[in-house]
Amino acid sequence: MVERTPILDLVTHVVLLVGLAMAAAPFVIVAIAASHSLHDVNLVPMPLNPGLDFWANVAKAWTEADLGRKLLNSFIFAAGVAAGKVVISALTAFSIVYFRFPGRMLIFWAIFVTLMLPLEVRIVPTYAVAANVLSPYQAILDATGISWLIGKLTGVEVALSLGLLNSYTGLILPLVATATGTFLYRQFFLTVPDELTEAARMDGAGPLRFFVDVLLPLSRTNMAALATIMFLWAWNQYLWPLLVTTDPSHATAVTELKSLIPNVGGIPEWNIAMAGTLIVMLPPLVVVVFMQRWFVRGLISTEK
Amino acid sequence: MASIAIRDITKNYGRNQVVHGVDLDIGSGEFVVILGPSGCGKSTLLRMIAGLEEISDGTIAIDGKVVNKLEPRERGCAMVFQNYALYPHMSVAQNIGYSLKVAGVAAAQRNQRIQAVARILELEHLLDRKPAALSGGQRQRVAMGRAMIREPKVFLFDEPLSNLDAKLRVQMRSEIRKLHRRLGATSVFVTHDQVEAMTLADRLVVMNGGRVEQVGTPAEIYGRPASRFVASFVGAPAMNILEGVVALDGISLLEGSRRLPMPRAGLPVGTKVAMGIRPEAVRMVDPGAAGAVEATVDFVEELGAGRVVYVDLDGASFSVVTSESAHPAPGSTIGLKFSPSDMHFFSSETGARLDFFVASLPEPVV
Repeated sequence: MVERTPILDLVTHVVLLVGLAMAAAPFVIVAIAASHSLHDVNLVPMPLNPGLDFWANVAKAWTEADLGRKLLNSFIFAAGVAAGKVVISALTAFSIVYFRFPGRMLIFWAIFVTLMLPLEVRIVPTYAVAANVLSPYQAILDATGISWLIGKLTGVEVALSLGLLNSYTGLILPLVATATGTFLYRQFFLTVPDELTEAARMDGAGPLRFFVDVLLPLSRTNMAALATIMFLWAWNQYLWPLLVTTDPSHATAVTELKSLIPNVGGIPEWNIAMAGTLIVMLPPLVVVVFMQRWFVRGLISTEK
Repeated sequence: MASIAIRDITKNYGRNQVVHGVDLDIGSGEFVVILGPSGCGKSTLLRMIAGLEEISDGTIAIDGKVVNKLEPRERGCAMVFQNYALYPHMSVAQNIGYSLKVAGVAAAQRNQRIQAVARILELEHLLDRKPAALSGGQRQRVAMGRAMIREPKVFLFDEPLSNLDAKLRVQMRSEIRKLHRRLGATSVFVTHDQVEAMTLADRLVVMNGGRVEQVGTPAEIYGRPASRFVASFVGAPAMNILEGVVALDGISLLEGSRRLPMPRAGLPVGTKVAMGIRPEAVRMVDPGAAGAVEATVDFVEELGAGRVVYVDLDGASFSVVTSESAHPAPGSTIGLKFSPSDMHFFSSETGARLDFFVASLPEPVV
């Protein structure tokens, strides 16, 4: 739609500028706060012109929160979750769209329903499973009396145990399953013309071959979009990493930010906390900037 | 090269039957065109030969071997799709060579064969391009190349020309014909375009409503249509049909005195029949001429080489193809003459052709 009315143009720009100001203001305040000395940042009201201690604050935040190590953890965690989600949801959507098997729709809706069960809702059982991955099997064995039987017959007590606390696996795995991703792929696969599938069959390609040679290359942009969204989402996770990583060597940058926030009674070092926040915000920003082109194309998805 | 034997093939989608017991034999190296309106089951039949569609009942044998349970690849068929179905992310060379890659043919040998196919189809300068950067005709040729490279026993074409513009369609038609002469592979070509069907086919299969109406050479189909459906479907403009009734002294075609006295050929009085005559077989004469039927001109279509005159014959619409320079004005009255030897008769009930010795009939008295 092309409009050629100066007044409307003006209104549009005003609306956009107001929106931009509202979105950017918190970041500006964070950046300004990060540039002040401890004294200035605690003035009321806080001065709104940048101070001179920016680099000193950044350096202090970096060492105090051990951000080098924590950023690496965060990166492994977020990249692992993003990659896992991309792979799992592509495979799930592939099986749901391209194969006819009993209970197909049931499984699809079961996956869909998990949209209503985010991690926060199922956090306790998820934690229990992460603490001992085999506990569900143990429960089954106990309930069916098999462990009792084994105990009677062999004298061996059945106690399965495999803990994932304080490990990357434990951080990543529970967050990998994703209904959103499956749905995104499903919608994309449904737009791939049937003739392409049939052409591949005529060419002799089996299902996996077709998936790898045709579907995956075609869904590159989808993958990029999904990976970007999921990377950001995982990077900003707080609750789960906080629960699973009791050992600080596995903590992520986002959970570690809290250590920069002053304890009760201390002088609040908001300048250091804000500097740390800036550092932690940076990697997602870089990812978005680099992935933006792909990301947008994947979501509008016109390339067929 | 291979022969295909189709025996009593049916196809059901749930309770909905779309192909009703088709029998067809396709000889080795033959070019067979399946013609029919959309939804007649012709594509389904082709896809059953290809192995893309399960066969509900009956058997398909290629070279004497029943292939009902074989995967498409194992049947030795290659298919050209209506929308080409090229892999959008692969170059032309990769598209053509994909089946060889899947089959595990070494890269060097693969390239050699891609080059050979590209040379035949004049695609050599396009091998590095993506399908999106090709014109419709070029995409079509890539699709053909993808089928050719496997050196299949059977070529299957699913309306491959319907997405091309008119000029390109004619050109690709002759290319397919030439290619068939060169490769000699058994080909089955599905189309709803009768010109395509007539020009390409060694033998034509006309289908309607999931059944085969007639099998024959294009000339046979045109000259002796086996049913009213075939008669009106093949030929453009369509064959004129007049409804009539068998009377005591012959078949009464039109209202009043305009009746055609002809032997009843054993048909009981009162049997309803349909007489068909091709627009090309009707002659335009002066209104008063002996033995002519008078009709009012509705409108005239100019074709350049000739024209189609649409007339009103006692309420029935009738068309005449004429190459004469006469250009009757709409609303004027003209005379029409047709000879009994050009007439086709069909049962109004079943649509089947009724053969009596039309050639021996006298000129109609009007």
